[in-house]
Amino acid sequence: MINGTVFNLQRYSLHDGPGIRTTVFLKGCPARCWWCHNPESQSPLPEIASSQNLCIACGACRPVCPNLLSREFCSGCGACADACPTGARELVGRVMSVEEVMGSVLKDRFFYEDSGGGVTFSGGEPLSQPQFLKALLAACREEEIHTAVDTAGICAPETLLDIAPLTDLFLFDLKCAAPERHREGTGADHAAILENLERLGRAQARIWIRIPVVPGFNDSVKEMEALAALAARVHGVRQVWLLPYHGSWGAKPARFGRDAAPPAKEAMAPSQESLEHYARLFRDKGLDTRIGGA
Amino acid sequence: MTGRTERLRQESLGAEAAISAERALLLTEFYRENEGRWSIPVLRAKSFYYLCEKKTIYLGEGELVVGERGPAPKLVPTYPELTCHSLKDLRILNSREKTSYRVDDACLKAYVETVIPYWSTRSLRDKIFRELPEEWHEAYQSGIFTEFMEQRAPGHTVLDDKIYSKGLLDFKKEIADTIAALDFGSDPDAWSKREELKAMDISCDAVILFAERHAKLAESMAAACADAVRKQELMKIAANCRWVPAHAPTDFFEALQSYWFCHLAVITELNGWDAFSPGHLDQHLYPFYRDGLAAGTLKKEEARELLECFFVKFNNHPSPPKVGVTAAESGTYTDFANINLGGLLPDGSDGSNEVSHLLLDIIDEMHLLQPSSNIQLSRKSPDRFLKHTLRVVRKGYGFPSIFNADSVVEEQLRQGKTLADARAGGCSGCVEVGAFGKEAYILTGYFNLVKMLELALHDGVDPATGAQLGPATGKAESFACFDDVFAAFTKQLAHFIDIKIRGNRLIEMIYAGLMPAPFLSVLTDDCISRGMDYNAGGARYNNSFIQGVGIGSITDSLSAIKEHVFQEKAVSLPDLVAKLDADFASSEPLRQRLWNRTRKYGNDDDFADDLMRQVFEAFFLQVDGRPNTKGGVYRIEMLPTTCHVYFGSVTGAMPDGRRRGAPLSEGISPVQGADRQGPTAVIRSAGKMDHIRSGGTLLNLKFSPTLLAGEGGVDGLAALVRSYFRMDGHHVQFNVVDVETLKRAQADPRQYRDLIVRVAGYSDYFCDLSEELQNEIIARTEHTSL
Repeated sequence: MINGTVFNLQRYSLHDGPGIRTTVFLKGCPARCWWCHNPESQSPLPEIASSQNLCIACGACRPVCPNLLSREFCSGCGACADACPTGARELVGRVMSVEEVMGSVLKDRFFYEDSGGGVTFSGGEPLSQPQFLKALLAACREEEIHTAVDTAGICAPETLLDIAPLTDLFLFDLKCAAPERHREGTGADHAAILENLERLGRAQARIWIRIPVVPGFNDSVKEMEALAALAARVHGVRQVWLLPYHGSWGAKPARFGRDAAPPAKEAMAPSQESLEHYARLFRDKGLDTRIGGA
Repeated sequence: MTGRTERLRQESLGAEAAISAERALLLTEFYRENEGRWSIPVLRAKSFYYLCEKKTIYLGEGELVVGERGPAPKLVPTYPELTCHSLKDLRILNSREKTSYRVDDACLKAYVETVIPYWSTRSLRDKIFRELPEEWHEAYQSGIFTEFMEQRAPGHTVLDDKIYSKGLLDFKKEIADTIAALDFGSDPDAWSKREELKAMDISCDAVILFAERHAKLAESMAAACADAVRKQELMKIAANCRWVPAHAPTDFFEALQSYWFCHLAVITELNGWDAFSPGHLDQHLYPFYRDGLAAGTLKKEEARELLECFFVKFNNHPSPPKVGVTAAESGTYTDFANINLGGLLPDGSDGSNEVSHLLLDIIDEMHLLQPSSNIQLSRKSPDRFLKHTLRVVRKGYGFPSIFNADSVVEEQLRQGKTLADARAGGCSGCVEVGAFGKEAYILTGYFNLVKMLELALHDGVDPATGAQLGPATGKAESFACFDDVFAAFTKQLAHFIDIKIRGNRLIEMIYAGLMPAPFLSVLTDDCISRGMDYNAGGARYNNSFIQGVGIGSITDSLSAIKEHVFQEKAVSLPDLVAKLDADFASSEPLRQRLWNRTRKYGNDDDFADDLMRQVFEAFFLQVDGRPNTKGGVYRIEMLPTTCHVYFGSVTGAMPDGRRRGAPLSEGISPVQGADRQGPTAVIRSAGKMDHIRSGGTLLNLKFSPTLLAGEGGVDGLAALVRSYFRMDGHHVQFNVVDVETLKRAQADPRQYRDLIVRVAGYSDYFCDLSEELQNEIIARTEHTSL
């Protein structure tokens, strides 16, 4: 039996591929994008989220924690979350079997069928759990359910090519065309990602490229022109989605004991006019381009 | 909208609802003179004739479709023969803050001097309350059930296609033929049938006379009219009123006028619940529309303007106000007339047409409170029709609501109707299913399912009063397992359903004997051929309904008991009951755990959803198939209107963490805030109910506007609806409005007078809702914006 760590199962997801989808978020990501909306996606291990606004200070969590509620020593056992009556403490990340995930996924089969939807595996970086991902994709294929893999392309080439035949659609994230800036912003190597994208194209995969438009990072005509040129080169790209970044993580990092967000100035969403302008740059290259929800 | 319809719309919106004593005075005059002179059906028919002959008629500036129930728009008559308003009632109606009805001094004087002295002991409501047994009164006063017929006559009735191919003169011929064929020698009921038929015949004459009076008025106005265009219109109005409803309509305009006279007649004769409805209006009008366009006698813009005038007419008619009102009670102006769009044709093919789309545009543009509208969506309905509807729904008026035409047919087939009658049927009121033009499908009262568990946990004692209300079914400490609790719940349920049905039968007999509805009988098959009244079993089908309220709350409460008491043993049942009795005072952590950590209905969790099915089954078994007095049987529906608020106010704290007095869950929607897995999970949970064995269920899905943005939002909604209907889901409606708007409207109602929101099975002006209901809607909406 193959298990993996899942941090969320989002049903009625309309923005991660066609139709109504269930998005399965696999925990763990090698990139460290400073704008990341989902800090809980980064560590591969289960962790505790706490929401102060839900806490009624009843003290139920204290006696059950072997580590005096210290985040530093937290093992992610989840005892405090079980004890919490309000849901103020919540275990994020659950080890699940393929069968368990499929049990949830199959519940919405009617909705996929009626909307042309399916399942999207996202993260984190879903390819960080390659065996689990492959088993899930195979199970979906068996059930005739459409699959999408939302990846940043940070993985060994053979891992990617191994799952490509089982994947109906790749949502491939591109962030920036300038190698230095890419490494600065994400902590990941740019060249390897591009090679993976081109490999996928050669392997006849269907690809949607998704680009987060992040102020202070890639929110410029120059950057978008370079990305458009890059996307136009790749075989198999069906659509390009520009995803306006919004500084709405608000309290989320704090729930995981992380440092708070970057300066408010940079957290401002890109303007609709500049998004339209960027989209035209891609369309000029013959790419079917849309401005999407996150 | 044209300039004309915009003006008529504004006049309708601006007119103040007020009570008119005219009907009450005319009726009192008539009864004083004539009571006891004829058989009861004939007396009723002649009183109706008297009203049609004497009442003030109205033809407003620029109107095309004509006729009002009161002396002018928004003037609401009363029905003292059914329910006689007290002086206190009238004063409260006049002065209450919300949904008030102005009562002027002349009206008060008429009531004091004439109406109340005659009717205060004669009204049907008084008779009903006098006759009902003590056990019924106790249950009724404790908030276990409500009774529809203590306020208004049996109704929820919808017209089929008959008036578009026949006139009242044709019905008079059928009546005469039936009388001629009566066999007085061998049929012991022949004499009573003759009286019923005579009454129906008189009622036809009354309505023809009423139309003729409008013809004369239009002619005299035309004669005095200097404007050539308006003069022409008035002459056409006169010609219409002279022709219909005596004869079958020959064009689109006449078809609308014919329905409208029939509508007015039905709601003047009695104040039946949910007024009256045209049913499949698009299907009925389409031949006139198509032929008019082909012949060049009708333009699309003209058809549209006529339909807009027709819509204003509905809005001119607020519901007749209740009696025995309290100052706090808000009520609603909507009278629940409901137009069906789409559906199936008698041959089973798609019934949507260009008039359906025209009507959707009008609903969108006019967004009037009345009439309500719904679409009947079948597997065969094109996506164009559904998506057009959803683009209107997305604006947030809460209408049209969406019904599963295929389930509506299947539900009726299970009830034993023919396929043709089932397909010609549809939905009215909130979500109720009926065979249009052929059925008296009567809602008899809401039933508080949650209170049954409260009684079961207290050995039959109502903790609100300390009285032994139900049978002693065991104290909390005596229940060894979950099944014991459920068995006690079932016993309480059986006990009170018995009381309810016993009371219902008495009320049915009183209506059958004392309050026939001869004109409604003319319009309802097979009252003429059977020589029987609509209220006495004359209709082809006679289902009666009891509407279960609070399925979400009871399911979650049972789930909490099963999990926390019997599986986890986190709290003993007697301890839990003690905490409930204290309304969770100083046990907030326990309440939080019950509220947040119970497996709840609406999350696609079989642990909870199986309990929902178990409750549905218990309720179904107690009700379905028990005979009423009209040759039909009792069935269940799952809808609350606003009764979940009232029932909540009389129900103590419950094991799901709900506090004392808070609203119960509404319809088959989850408890407000309990669904945390999104709309597909809610739909899957609701889809586990066997809708086909109900007479209607109500599911309210709440969306924040952002979730519906763009064509992707419409596509997503469309697929949600289609999938729910594959699960045999009966009905779904969408509340789409953001919470900030609602809060602003609550703070500053004057700026938001036209804000319409979905309540439960109907839409209403947000500012007319009680603060309690407003808060509930805000809470629901807040939950979905997370």
